[in-house]
This record gives sequence, C-alpha cells and structure tokens, in this order.
Amino acid sequence: MKIRCIVNGEQTDLETAPDRRVVDLLREDLGLCGTKEACGSGECGACTILVDGESRLSCLMIAAQLEGKEIVTIEGFSKEHLHPIQEAFIVHGAVQCGFCTPGMVLAAADLLKRNPAPDRHEIRRAISGNLCRCTGYQKIVDAIESLARAEEESDE
Amino acid sequence: MKKLHDAHGATGIPDEKGEGHFHTKSDLPVPVGSDLFRADAYGKVTGRERYAADEYPAGLVYAGVVRSPHPHARILAIDTTGALACPGVIAVLTGGDIRGTNRTGLPEMDQPVLADTKVRFTGDPVVLVVAEDRELLRQAMAAVKVTYEPLPAVFDPDPALAKGAPVLHENRKEGNLLFSGVIAKGDADFAFSECAAVREGIFSLPRQEHAYLETETGVAKVDGDGVLEMIVSTQSPFRDSREIAAALGIPPEKVRVIAPYLGGAFGGKDGITVQGHLGLAALHSGGRPVKIWNSREESFVSSTKRHPGRVSLKLGCTKDGTLHALSCRLIFDTGAYAGLGGPVAVYGMGHAAGVYRVAHSRVEGMNVYTNNPPSGAFRGFGIPQVIAALEQVVDMLAESIGMDPLEFRLKNAIRVGDETGLGIRMSNSADIVTCLEKARDHPLWTGRDEWIRQAPDYKRRGVGIATGVLGIGYGPVIPDIASAKLELLTDGRFRIYAGVADMGQGNNSANIHIAGDILCQSPDRFELVQPDTFRCLNSSSSAASRTTYSYGNALILAAGVLKERILDKVAQLHPLFRRENLILVPGAVRHTPDGSDIALHTIAEAMQEADRVATATWTAPVNRQQLAVAPDVKMYGFPHLAYTFTTHLTRVEIDEITGAVAVDAYLAWTDAGRIMNPHVYEQQIQGGVIQGMGYALWEDFRVTEGAVVTKNLSTYILPTSMDVPDILSVPVETYEESGPFGMKGVGEIGIVAALPCIANAVAGAIGSRIYDAPLTPERILTALRRAA
Repeated sequence: MKIRCIVNGEQTDLETAPDRRVVDLLREDLGLCGTKEACGSGECGACTILVDGESRLSCLMIAAQLEGKEIVTIEGFSKEHLHPIQEAFIVHGAVQCGFCTPGMVLAAADLLKRNPAPDRHEIRRAISGNLCRCTGYQKIVDAIESLARAEEESDE
Repeated sequence: MKKLHDAHGATGIPDEKGEGHFHTKSDLPVPVGSDLFRADAYGKVTGRERYAADEYPAGLVYAGVVRSPHPHARILAIDTTGALACPGVIAVLTGGDIRGTNRTGLPEMDQPVLADTKVRFTGDPVVLVVAEDRELLRQAMAAVKVTYEPLPAVFDPDPALAKGAPVLHENRKEGNLLFSGVIAKGDADFAFSECAAVREGIFSLPRQEHAYLETETGVAKVDGDGVLEMIVSTQSPFRDSREIAAALGIPPEKVRVIAPYLGGAFGGKDGITVQGHLGLAALHSGGRPVKIWNSREESFVSSTKRHPGRVSLKLGCTKDGTLHALSCRLIFDTGAYAGLGGPVAVYGMGHAAGVYRVAHSRVEGMNVYTNNPPSGAFRGFGIPQVIAALEQVVDMLAESIGMDPLEFRLKNAIRVGDETGLGIRMSNSADIVTCLEKARDHPLWTGRDEWIRQAPDYKRRGVGIATGVLGIGYGPVIPDIASAKLELLTDGRFRIYAGVADMGQGNNSANIHIAGDILCQSPDRFELVQPDTFRCLNSSSSAASRTTYSYGNALILAAGVLKERILDKVAQLHPLFRRENLILVPGAVRHTPDGSDIALHTIAEAMQEADRVATATWTAPVNRQQLAVAPDVKMYGFPHLAYTFTTHLTRVEIDEITGAVAVDAYLAWTDAGRIMNPHVYEQQIQGGVIQGMGYALWEDFRVTEGAVVTKNLSTYILPTSMDVPDILSVPVETYEESGPFGMKGVGEIGIVAALPCIANAVAGAIGSRIYDAPLTPERILTALRRAA
C-alpha cells in the first residue's frame, strides 16, 4: 500500500506491505539503521522511535500505522549540531557498546518533553523499558539528570 | 549541564566527520590518567555507527539454520527436496556439503558447523538454508525434513560421569569428562584436623545468559579473488579466520574477518557463533552477500552461557582466626561442546583461595559434557562461581569463631610478597588490604547495626561484604601477544590499526589516549581502523581483561618507534638541528632552541611510506613459579602473574511478604592498577556489578531436559533501571609494572564479588543461608519460612 508520512522532517511516500514491521521498513528500506532491534517483541526498547513526538517501539508497529504521522529516528534527532541529550550521553559516559543508545536517547527525549525536570527516580522509571546490558544505567541517569538540572537553572 | 569541552576537564568530542575525529577546544593532547570522551560515543549517539547487524549490501540474501529438536539423537535421514523446491531458495546444505573438517572450537575442535552423524543438544545446527529473503527462508526451513533416532541423553554432570552413561563424543577416551585437574599445597586433609573451626557449603550456581543486545550476526560474501570476506560481531576475528578456513576447507589466506564495534558480547562472542554458517552459505550463494542475524529466541537457544555448576567448599581456621585449610571441589556443566570449558574450569580453580593466605589447600576441578546447551566464556570466566562459594564460607567461618567478617578477611588478606592459599607468590601490584580498610571505615559498614535495626515492618535488612580477585591475561603457557600498528598519514594525522575487538568496553578509544599521550597529539589527530584480519595485526581475542593491557603495551612500543622515526627525519632534513633539541608538539616537531615548528604533514610527505608505518609486538610476562600442577592446568591458565582485586559492600532490604530483595546501596573498592581514563574505569565497575547483581538475584536461565525454557527477555529477567541502585566505585590505585601506564585490566573484576556480597547480606537479613542462586523471591520465602 501507499503510505504518506514525515520521516526525519521530510515528506515521504512509501510503497510497502501494510503489515511490514516499522523497524524493518526503517532499517532495510530507508537505510535508517540507527534504529536497533534486540528482541523483536517489545521487551528491550532498542528500536524506540518518536511518533508525533512520543516514544514508540518500532518492532511492534506495522507500516499502516505510520499513515499521516511524523516519525523521528535517531538519524533525524539532531541536524547540524548534536542534540543536548546526545551531548550529555557523551559527556557523562553513558555509552558503552551503544546498541541501546539510540533508543535510550529517544526515550529520554520523550521524558524531558513531558517532564522537563525529572528527578533520578523519575528518570529511572522513564527508561525502565529500555534495557542496557553494559552500563548499569547509572551514567545514563546522570546524563539525563544533567539536562533536568539545566532546565531548573534556566527557570530561575 | 557540563559543557562539552570543560566537563571532566577533558577535551575531545568527535565531530561530524565521524569516528576518530574530534572537536577540541585546544590542540592539546589529553594525558593518560585524565578523562577523555570515548571516540566511539559520537557515532553511537547519532546512530551512525555501523555494527555488523547494520550491513545490508546490495543483492543480499539470507541464511538460517534448522536446529535439532532433540537433546541427543542419531540423524537417520535428511530430506532437502521439499526445501529445494520452495520459491526463492538458493541453497540447502548439510554436513555432507562441507569440504573441511566441519569442526570448530578451541582448544577442543569438537563442534560441527552442521551435525554430521548425530546431534548433541536441543538447538544443534543440522541444515543450513539460503534464500532470497527472510520470509522465503522461513518457509524453506520449515520444509526441511530430518529423521532422527532419539538417543538416551544426560543433563547433569553427576549422571554424565556414571558408568554406562550415554556418551556424547564417542572418540573421547575420557568419555564425558572434558577436563579434570588438581591444584594443591601442603596437606589439606590433615590440616583440617588442626583447625579450631571448620565450615563448608555446597553451592549451586546457575547458567547466566550474556544477553548482549546485538544478537549473533554477520554478513559474508566471496569476492572476485575467491576471498571469503566476513563482517561479523566477534571478539576473536583472527582466531575465527583460522577456524573458518579449517572447518570449511579453504586456505587461511582466503578468509578475511572484519570486526566492527560489537553491540555487547561479555565473552559470548569469544569464538565462533554464526561464522561457520555464514562462510558456508557464502560459498554456495553464487557470489551474493549472505546475512545471518539471530532472533532473540535463537540467540538464547544456541549461544553459550556462563557454566552452571556446583562448588563444594570447606574452610578451616585456627583459634586466632588464621585461615589454615581449604578444600574446594568444583564441577561444571560444559554442555554438548567443550568451548572454552577447560580454561574456564582452571580459571575458577586458580582463584579458589580468593585474596587469602591459607597454609594448606586442595582444589579439584572438573568440567563435564552433558546434552545441555553449550557453556562458554562469560565475564569472570569461571571465577565468579568459585568466589561465590568461597566468600560465603568465609562469612560462615567468621561467625563460627565470633570474628567480625571484615576483620577476619583483613587478617588473612594477602599483601605484596605473600604466598596465596594456592602457593602463588604475589610478586606484582596487589592492594586488597586498602580496599578492605576503606570498607571497614565506611559509614555504611560502621553504621550497619543501626540501619538494620531501623527496618520497617515486614522488612528485613542485611549488610554484606565480599572480596574478589581476577588474574589478567592468558596465564603462563598460551602466549599473550599483541601487535600494534600505527601510521603517520600524509596529512599529518595518525591512524591506529586496532588488533583487538571493542565489544563496548572502549579499548579502542583507549588506543587514541595512549598514542596521543606518547606522541603529544590531541585526540582529533587520530583515526581508528577496527580489527580486520587483512589490515590489522593479530593481537588475539578481546578477553581475559587483556585488551588494553596487552594491546596498549604494544602500542606504546609502536608509538615510540614512530616518534623516533619522525624526529630522525627532521634531523635528517635540517642538518643544523641537533637531534636532542627536537620534540613532538601538537601537529608538529619543535626545534626547542628557537621554537620553530615543522608541521607533521611536511615531515610525513618527506618520509618513505614504509617508515610512516610502525609496528611493534609485545608479549605479556608470565608467572615463572614452578608449581606442581599437571601440564593442562598450566596450559589453561594457572598461575597468573598480575591480578586485580576488589572489596564490595552492600545493604539489602527484603520484603517478608513477597520475598523480593531490594538492593539499597552498593559500593566497590577496586585495585585495577593505575586509572587511565576515570569515567571509562567507572563504566566497567558499574556495568560489571550490575551484571553480577542480575546473576545473584534475577537471572534464572531455565533448561528442562536439555530444552531452553526461558526464550525471551520477559522470562529471562535482566536488571532494569528500576531494579538497581547507583553504584559507588572507589578506585584504590596501585602501579602495575607490567601494565601500560601502570594499569591492569578492569573489564571483569566488577562482576566477581557481587553474588556473594549480596548473598551475605541476604543471609544476615533472613538468618539462614540459601545455597542455590539466583536468590529468587521463592527461595527467599522458603528460607524465611524455614528460619521461622
């Protein structure tokens, strides 16, 4: 079927089977391999994308669900400069093997949009659907928390 | 927030040009010992880093493996006609189509690429199918018909060793016994009779699944020159290339293995996973590239696990609390194939006395074939299992003689120059004593009784400690060699050819740190080539906490060679300059008397191509002590020379109603030599501890009658961000003479003491000890009921 949607800011016309998994569409058809797959069943969060600004698992979505939506993958999350969340992940050492990182960054974006100043517990809850096997999460929480503080400071 | 260029006082963030290129505030080098952002972080946060899983070359076809549904069976017939008739099928291959040895594995070459006469575990590969796309592949795989004659199977090491047990590998004289060995000192049997107190325990340790996020994957093709080229998620590209060549019957020089950054591995990709199948598929795909990417379920069913096993440990001390006698018997289940089972058993045995002096000891180890899924390398390599037993018995013994468990450990802890409980002379850096002293003086330890008393209703609290030790490198017989290659490019920048795969620990970023320090160059002047058997030099596997230890030492040598060549060239070009007045500065060589700089690109252009590439090989020093052990015990890695040490402290709160354990606080004091990059050091400790916490509490990999029951991440419970506390990691720095810049490998030590530390806290909280891990709510509730 034909699907019209916006992918990383560009109007995109897709010709694909309606039941094609979105993660496959992104990785195989559009070459957007920053979206990772690590379980294929919604248990790990590695395939997280933003759909109309909210985090969604692309391994549990089918192509037809994209009609009329705005999709952001990690490749489109920052344009000329790194997004502050990406910078924070680098600066705070939140990246090891990196396979969970794109999903984590986008889960953090979803959180900070809903709650600009989350505490550590709220951050841990927000990323609890994203598994990381390397870091123990601490530096990921540090990275996101650094942005929450910045938000608080700028409010003063 | 911290700004990019002042955070940690560090510089260096990769820019849009990609991996290995950095923006820096200044052109200054970042000295080893201070924070340097990882070179791989930029590519990973932007999603641009290409893992093996991300390869989709044009003309791609897919391969998949039809696996055995039986734990042990003879193959009577394989009917491929139905599969061959399916649309889009390119090849259907069996063991009979393999021209080489059809065997992989190290040191025992016992694992078929595809089963030939029989299958030995539920999931053993039998038929390989290659098809145009994944859906056609699935259909064709379903059409393969294999007729089996089921054979009696054995699922536990004890019955596997019994007379008349079904034998997995008929050609083995030793039957199902893969390995057995002894390490002894003095007369342990008699020494127990001299002890004032003796305690013992039999501990059952579970399988642990690595659960790296990137499941086993790769792409392969045969190019126009007949070279089988493979991009694969592997910790051991050089060893793989030789194994693939032998198994498939192609010349080693016709196999090229490239190992991009891995999406995690932890030991689970130390050796062949999909490589044999990929290679075979590529040989039969008409030159088209072939991809394999295991599903999570296939990964769980087919990949190796941490060895499950039973450790029986007995420990005795004299009246004043001096450890006097130790006996330890460990029996591991290696599953259907040997993998690294022999070395894993010996690493476990070789650490059975932990961080202690003990006068007499006897350690017996066995590893046994069963019809279970294969076991293999996993962070800690046999050591977490043994330390789990030892450190719990140490607590039990301290209680028996009425000593504080920390003072008891301190009293018996080794110092530099001491002989360990296994007779190893601690000749290199070792500071477990300071680790223990810092724990002793910490408020969480000194204030533990008060915290425990304040437990709310229906909660139990406990505080536990444990120590750990882990030898780095391969041991005294297998040479631990790394060969570094470093090139000065004609534009004046440098390229490092990594010889060791980076599975996420950051060792290849560390290469930039090391070379930058020696050559006095900022990180943005370096680029990295990930391991490629055609471009880089064999520096062996990403394992044994050796990656930076070994390759770093080789790189120091190579950087030194290149530095001399650069300065020599300037001296040659400028006869009036005295060689001793030349130094490297960022981007140039400086003539110090007049401060004039000659740009590196100018020098590079004047150098012969061969002179711009420096290589150097480093071989790890070994422990030359002559200890009376069998040759295979020595060959598999006993004794080590340099060790890392740790003391862990935790407090836990147990819910009496649900049996759930909440880890309230966790601290780790670690001696891993000098710290090269503080935040990367912390990454390893934090990640290792949390993986150990999962091993202790939640990760329960179930196998019933040889069949994997936990097939996904909703039944195999990994720690999530909600389950774990922040870890306080405190380095206790020493200077390790054999390590680059005084460092020791820090990749594994974090996991070693976690299970017993938590188990000791839990035992204190509930007033009884649980001998089976993980400490699930069911086991906690049972123990609570028993104690009541």
